Parts: sequence; structure tokens; C-alpha cells
Amino acid sequence: MNNVVPLQSTPLRCSGPAVEFRSSPASRVWAIATVVIRELCRRKDFYVLFILTALISVTLASVNIFGDDKVVRYLKEICLLLIWVSSLVIAIVTTARQIPSERENRTLFPLLAKPVSRGQLLMGKFVGCWMAVGLCLLCFYLFFGLLSGIKEQSWPVLAYLQAMLLHWAMLAMVVSMTLLGSIVFAAPSSNGTILLVVTGGILFVGSHLNKLAIGLPEPGQTLVYGLYYVLPHLELFDVRELLVHGWGLVPAAPVVGALAYAASYSALFLALASWRFRRMPVNT
Amino acid sequence: MRVATCVDVVEPILKIDDLWVEYPSRESKGRIQQAVKALSLTVNRGEVFGFLGPNGAGKTSTMNVLLGFCPPTRGNAYLFGTSVRETFARQRIGYLPELTYYYKFLTAEEILRFYAQIFGIPRAVAEQRIDLVLKLVELDHARRRPIKTYSKGMQQRVGLAQALINDPDLLILDEPTSGLDPLGRMKVRQIIQRLRNEGKTVFFSSHELGEVETVCDRVGILIQGEMRVEGKVSDLLQQHYGNLEQLFMEIVGCNAAA
Repeated sequence: MNNVVPLQSTPLRCSGPAVEFRSSPASRVWAIATVVIRELCRRKDFYVLFILTALISVTLASVNIFGDDKVVRYLKEICLLLIWVSSLVIAIVTTARQIPSERENRTLFPLLAKPVSRGQLLMGKFVGCWMAVGLCLLCFYLFFGLLSGIKEQSWPVLAYLQAMLLHWAMLAMVVSMTLLGSIVFAAPSSNGTILLVVTGGILFVGSHLNKLAIGLPEPGQTLVYGLYYVLPHLELFDVRELLVHGWGLVPAAPVVGALAYAASYSALFLALASWRFRRMPVNT
Repeated sequence: MRVATCVDVVEPILKIDDLWVEYPSRESKGRIQQAVKALSLTVNRGEVFGFLGPNGAGKTSTMNVLLGFCPPTRGNAYLFGTSVRETFARQRIGYLPELTYYYKFLTAEEILRFYAQIFGIPRAVAEQRIDLVLKLVELDHARRRPIKTYSKGMQQRVGLAQALINDPDLLILDEPTSGLDPLGRMKVRQIIQRLRNEGKTVFFSSHELGEVETVCDRVGILIQGEMRVEGKVSDLLQQHYGNLEQLFMEIVGCNAAA
């Protein structure tokens, strides 16, 4: 408290009587989202995963295996796998810590003491996390496009954009599901681990649950069938094979359908999270 | 000099009407603990109200209801005539929590800009207010440094700055001087007095009875969720040997003996 400014010299009001301002819900949501994006930009998570992906991919690209020209397909496959894993880790880890760390660090209290509803807070976190992973995806796909373009001398920009769009839509479901998880599980680490396992499980087993159900006795069969229909099918958004083999674009109708599917699931998860969060006491 | 128009008009800014707050007891399962019992209270425009009580008296529970952190079990509370259940009730208030923690990756300037955006303050006005409050809390020199590099006292001052960013008509301060050095406490006291002179309403809880005596117009003492004493500081001092501490000890002591 050195260099004390005389109180009389700094009027608390800017000029005249206090002016009543009021922000729109969208502007409050966006304000919260920008803080999330800023946080991701200032943390090391993305940079570490990007450098790791780039290092592995560039190292593989520099190796000439048996003089095989088609080896570039394997390179693309590995690079896309790394991008998928990295994006899922970034999305889940970033989202999982949002609400629990707001509570742990008590930043939630000055924020909720402002004219922000809990629904707007959740929406802001969702938009922020989704936009932030979208920016990460853009960097990853730019790198992928550059690497495969240099190796193959072909630039299927539209195919890359479509793959990125579908990937981003899939991440909207993952982000909203993780946000719901962060309301249910208080600790960010447990939420992150559970959501990584669940997402991995859905990606690897989700599409085979119906086949698994056939061989099961009741009530297991109904239960597994139920899971098959209830769980979001994240694998529907995986068009890596198309990029690797250069099979062209997915027609517009299935893409629109997939986007609507992702939007419905994201809205459902957000509604559930909001319903639970509004009933949760947050005591100082 | 106080702003006569603001003080003389008796307009309730904060109104608590038969408020009950109950929690499930932590000690015995299935039991309900009453944190606040039938609390009714009015704070008028331009008043500085001291909300006193020992630990566990129900002060924080009352503040939690006022700030919309938890719903009242029964009764209601109003800010500017709007129920605290409405988000908009918090548009004209500033809140300083007892322990202030802010996004450590942001700078003081960025955090104030963020809160200004939440209030819908236009960019140009927000920049003006940011300059003003940062000067007021003497953090102008450190405005572009991340909050993680701030000392505890500096973080408390960021808290005060964010509570003032919207030029609030009502300030809710939860033990605003806790953790501050004597100079910091003096500064916060000066700011509270200054706000009172400008016709602002201040509702604050504190354990520093000397501080309460200095800055408050009225006080209320809460014991086990019930308002035991409420009145003007000058009247209470006259009735109780000119010492608020004596009064507080009497009430708390009687209660402990009972």
C-alpha cells in the first residue's frame, strides 16, 4: 500500500449518476467462454500434445521404409490417430476441470454474485471449451494437411474441412458429456479419468454393443441393447479412413444428419447438467 | 459530506422477510440444522449496516441466500425490490467474499474487463472504470501482471476492485478486512466511508467490532440464526456503556451460559 493515492482525487463514479447497464445472456455466455479460451491458450496442454504429434509425424515422414511410396497412407493414419487422441485428451481434460476448479478455487462465488445464472455459466463453459478445442483442431488439421500435402502433392482441402467439421461436432458431444460429469463427480481428476474411459469405451465398443447383446441372456441382453441405443455413437463421426485412402467427400445429407445428431445429444447433456447444477447448493 | 438526497429518502435496498435457512445436519444423518430462523431485516438506501455474530451464527448462510448461492427454505429476500431468486437482482450489487481467489492466469485488467462484460458495461465506459478502480485500490502499476504473481493483500484489493467495477448501489462485503495488514484495513475502511458519503448502501459482516463502530450506521447481532439485537450504533453505544464489544460479549456470553 505504498504510494497511497489520495481518496479525494479519485471519484468512485465516472461521471454523474450511475448508469444502468444490462448485458444480454449471449454476451454473458461469451464473456465466460473467452475466459476458458484464454485459459487454454495460457496452459501447456495443447502445446505439449501438438509438439508431440508433430514430432512423431515428422519423424515418421522422414523415414524411407523399403522405398515404398504408399507408406504415406500409414503416416496419415498415424497422424490422424494422434490428432484424435490429442483432441479427446484436450477436450476432456479442459472441460473436466472447469466447474470443479471454479468451486475448489472459489472463483465461482464472485461470478455467481453477478447477474449470471447457473445455466448461462454452464453454457459459457461449454461454448468456451468447444471453441477452444475447435482452435486446437484447426492447428492439428492444418499441420496434417501440410504434411500429407507435401508428401502426396495433393490438396483435398474440402475433405479435410469436412473431416474437421465432423470431428468438431463429435467433440461437442464429448465436451457436453464431460460437463455433465463434472457436475456429478466433484473432483476434476476422477471426472477426467471416468470420461476418458467412457469415451474410449464408446469409440471402441459402442458400435459392437448390438452384436454383443445377441449372445447374452436376459436381462443382460435388454440392458446392452438399451446402452447401444442410448449411448452417443461417436464412431459415426470418424471419417479417417476416407482421408487416408482419398475416397472423397461424404454426401451432404449424412453430414447434416450427423450434425443434427451431435446437436441433439449435446443439448440433452447440457440440459441434464443445467437441471442438476441449478439444484446444487453452492455454499461459501 | 454525505449526499443528503440519498440518505434522507428511506427506501429499502435490502429486505429480508421471515427468512429460514435449513441444511441437512453434518453431525447426525437425517437431522435438519436450522442456520437462520425467522430473520427479518431491512437496510435502507445510504446505510452502512454491520452484520455481526460469532462463528456459526448464520451470517454466511444469510449472505448465501442474498447472493443466490442457495435458496431460502422459507421466506424471501429482496434486493432493490427484486427477489434474490431472480438473476437480475444482482445487477446493481458488488460482492467481496472473505477469501478472494480469482482466475490466476488472468491479469487484474483482464479480470475487470471480464466482469464489466458480464454486467454489460460498454467497452469505453468499462476501460474508464477499470482505470478508476485500479487507481483506487492502488494496483495500477501491476495491472498487466498475472494475478498468480500477486501477494495476498494485492489479491484482496483485486477483489475490492471487481466489487466496484459496476459502480454498485449496494455492496455486500464478507469480512472485507480479514487477512489484510493494518494499512490495508485502514484503506478498506476509508473506501467504505467514502462509499457511504457517496450515498451507497453497504452491508457487511465483520468480527472487527472497532471497525464496525467506526463505519456503521446500524448493526444487527445474529446468534444461532436469530437476530438478537438490531439498532443504530449511536443508540446501542449509549445504552451499553459506549462499547460495542461489551454489548457483543454480553449477548454472546449470555447465550453461551444459557
